[in-house]
Amino acid sequence: MEKENLKQIEQRILMGNEAIARGLIESGVTLAASYPGTPASEILQAVAAFAKEEAIPLHAEWSVNEKVAFETALANSYTGRRAAVSMKQVGLNVASDPFLRSAYLGVKGGLVVISADDPGPHSSQTEQDSRFFAMFAKVPVFDPSSPREAKEMVDRAFELSEKYEIPVMIRPTTRVCHARQNIPLLTPERLAQGAHFEKNPGRWCATPQYLKELHRGLNQKIEEIAGEEDFYPILTPGDDSFPGACIIASGVALAHTWDLLEEMRLLRRLDLYQVTLPYPLHRAFINNIKGRYQRVLVLEETYPVIELQLAVDQVQGRGTKMVPGAGELTPEVIRPVIEKFLDLPPAPAVISLGGEATRPTLCAGCGHRAAFYAIRETFPEGIFPSDIGCYTLGMNLGAVDTCHCMGAGISQAAGFYRAYAATGEKVPPIVATIGDSTFFHAGVPALINAVFHGARIMVVILDNATTAMTGHQPTPETGPTARGETAHPVLLADLVRACGAGLLKEADPYDLPGFMDLLQEAGEYCRGDNGGVAVVIAKHPCILEREARKHQPVLEMCVTEDCTGCRHCLDDFECPALYLDEATDQVVIDGARCIGCGVCVHVCPAGAIEAKAKDQS
Amino acid sequence: MKQQIIISGLGGQGALTITRVLAEAAAALGLEVLTSETHGMAQRGGTVISMIKVGPFRGPLIPAGRADVGLFLHAKNLGVHRFYLRGDAGVFVNAGVPGNYQGVDAGSLARQLGAPVAANLILLGYAAGKGGLFCEADLLEQVIREKTPARFREINLKALRAGVDAAAA
Ligand code: SF4
Ligand code: SF4
Repeated sequence: MEKENLKQIEQRILMGNEAIARGLIESGVTLAASYPGTPASEILQAVAAFAKEEAIPLHAEWSVNEKVAFETALANSYTGRRAAVSMKQVGLNVASDPFLRSAYLGVKGGLVVISADDPGPHSSQTEQDSRFFAMFAKVPVFDPSSPREAKEMVDRAFELSEKYEIPVMIRPTTRVCHARQNIPLLTPERLAQGAHFEKNPGRWCATPQYLKELHRGLNQKIEEIAGEEDFYPILTPGDDSFPGACIIASGVALAHTWDLLEEMRLLRRLDLYQVTLPYPLHRAFINNIKGRYQRVLVLEETYPVIELQLAVDQVQGRGTKMVPGAGELTPEVIRPVIEKFLDLPPAPAVISLGGEATRPTLCAGCGHRAAFYAIRETFPEGIFPSDIGCYTLGMNLGAVDTCHCMGAGISQAAGFYRAYAATGEKVPPIVATIGDSTFFHAGVPALINAVFHGARIMVVILDNATTAMTGHQPTPETGPTARGETAHPVLLADLVRACGAGLLKEADPYDLPGFMDLLQEAGEYCRGDNGGVAVVIAKHPCILEREARKHQPVLEMCVTEDCTGCRHCLDDFECPALYLDEATDQVVIDGARCIGCGVCVHVCPAGAIEAKAKDQS
Repeated sequence: MKQQIIISGLGGQGALTITRVLAEAAAALGLEVLTSETHGMAQRGGTVISMIKVGPFRGPLIPAGRADVGLFLHAKNLGVHRFYLRGDAGVFVNAGVPGNYQGVDAGSLARQLGAPVAANLILLGYAAGKGGLFCEADLLEQVIREKTPARFREINLKALRAGVDAAAA
């Protein structure tokens, strides 16, 4: 593809995810698809925002899940147009099916797969390494150490992808995604990219008879990429103060190592290599390391991808337990590793004061709190499988017993039902909770399966009309699209009916007594003669949405002298706006946090919480 | 010029906003800047921390015991994050009671302004007013004026000034 000259236009402070988005725009991406997930959520939003700013008519979408996002981007690439798909690392698990095969069949227009890892993890259910996944798939992967580098890698990734007709991954981690840095912007490329799908069933439909050949071709591509001069690791040479020793690092571990070496006055005193393309690791590099060094320290997150490819005895890393096998490689973790590797005296450890971090909780006034409280009060003996989103915090209310992966709550509910039903014991009430966005993502097949097999379970869809946890992305029911256009809404209730649920009710959980009655009814249906799956849609918009707040009354709340200090509202309802005044041993409402939703009125057993309409004067 | 700053608070207190203001201020001075933020679950009222590294750094995290300045939006977090600070660091805390730090009752001042959520900028103004930051309050004011969405601009500027005034008092 012919390019115009890229001109720097300005510097801007960009978050890593925005930097990646800017890179996509500057490289002439024509389609970007994603499903939100921390730490990757801001990428697609920023693609849409930059496209608007630059008046570029690309297609950006919040797909219903990562598999759909991947396949949509893939077909766009088949027509010769540049495409990108972004997700968090566990999203790649969902997209793994199309991902693995796309390596065999290859691509036409560049296809960049951004899979953001979360070492730690900070906000994920695993700390898996997408680079390992890329190696498994035989897909080249870039590992940026900063937002600026992440942006620069996008263009290199597209070029590599097009040169070898192979999908290329960029693997940022939380510390790149959510870092901000001053970054030069370039004028976006305007590539002439018409859509031309060339039919080739042997390739695009590849039946087993073609696959061996395609696999051989893939091996050949990887072989050649491992010889590309451009991807030879970057050496910052030392002065031989530590003869025969070197450090090899990639991603943000390289950035931490750099700063630490500087601080320890060790920078440029031993050879330091930055690996920008951890897979396939440069072939000549592997041989050089073997020949030149007696002691090699490898620092990478979170699995030993470089280490395994080096496969030489001199390597110190996860294999030799020099580097911890789990957790984030923070500066505090890396420093003692370097000291040990170089035989230096350890710096005195910094002692934490041992203060306790505050756990997160559902917002004051969140509709989920009301729904969870109702569920647990109605079914004190219940089993409560749940799912992934803000509502996982229902754990704090004792209304979330399991949380596994997107959509698992409904299937697990059915599994629990089978276990108890099979033993002939009394089946406890089983109530799965799942958010609206999660239901669209992976809940639908689980619901179909539960209905078909006659599981007697309740499913409460917590419908807050948004994907709240990740920054309020639209759902297929609410819209609009990522580019702010009106969409064709798909209604939750229609879907649930179409899945065949025997009972469907919708209600606002703010009306606690009414909502608890509904749950009773659902429970009776489950247990009844022809019982099956009962679905209750708990509808209350996320109160962090400005629009939503405008449509709900704001009540003036007070706690009367009748408060007995029983702690029921604190322990079992857990609104962060309620706290115990130690002096009086009575509950008080924090006026700065209370949004006046009035739900707690129904919670107090002594009737001591009162609400009155707010004085409008 | 090198300065490493931590901002510690609870999700929803506006640690991200002041992180951004400081990053923009550094860029306006032509300095390199890297920040790190907490996103995801912890933002729902849990403990959060931002880090800002001004100067020629490559990594976004500040090692324990190396931060030059700490802004604490909640006094409770001193126990959780103070270990990031050097022994001689500037410690600015949103607190009504005195302690081994420079405190300002940003919460009360914010309520007086009729904007309880603006305590973050009061604390920022206070730290700048005390001369604890790599830049002057004037520059922060300019950044807020240029980069804040219109509906928060006036109140944010007021809050910053209230903090600067509190530092002079
Ligand atoms: S962000 Fe919305 S959905 Fe999430 S806890 Fe807060 S109110 Fe509830
Ligand atoms: S009214 Fe009650 S439940 Fe609602 S936010 Fe205020 S204290 Fe919390």
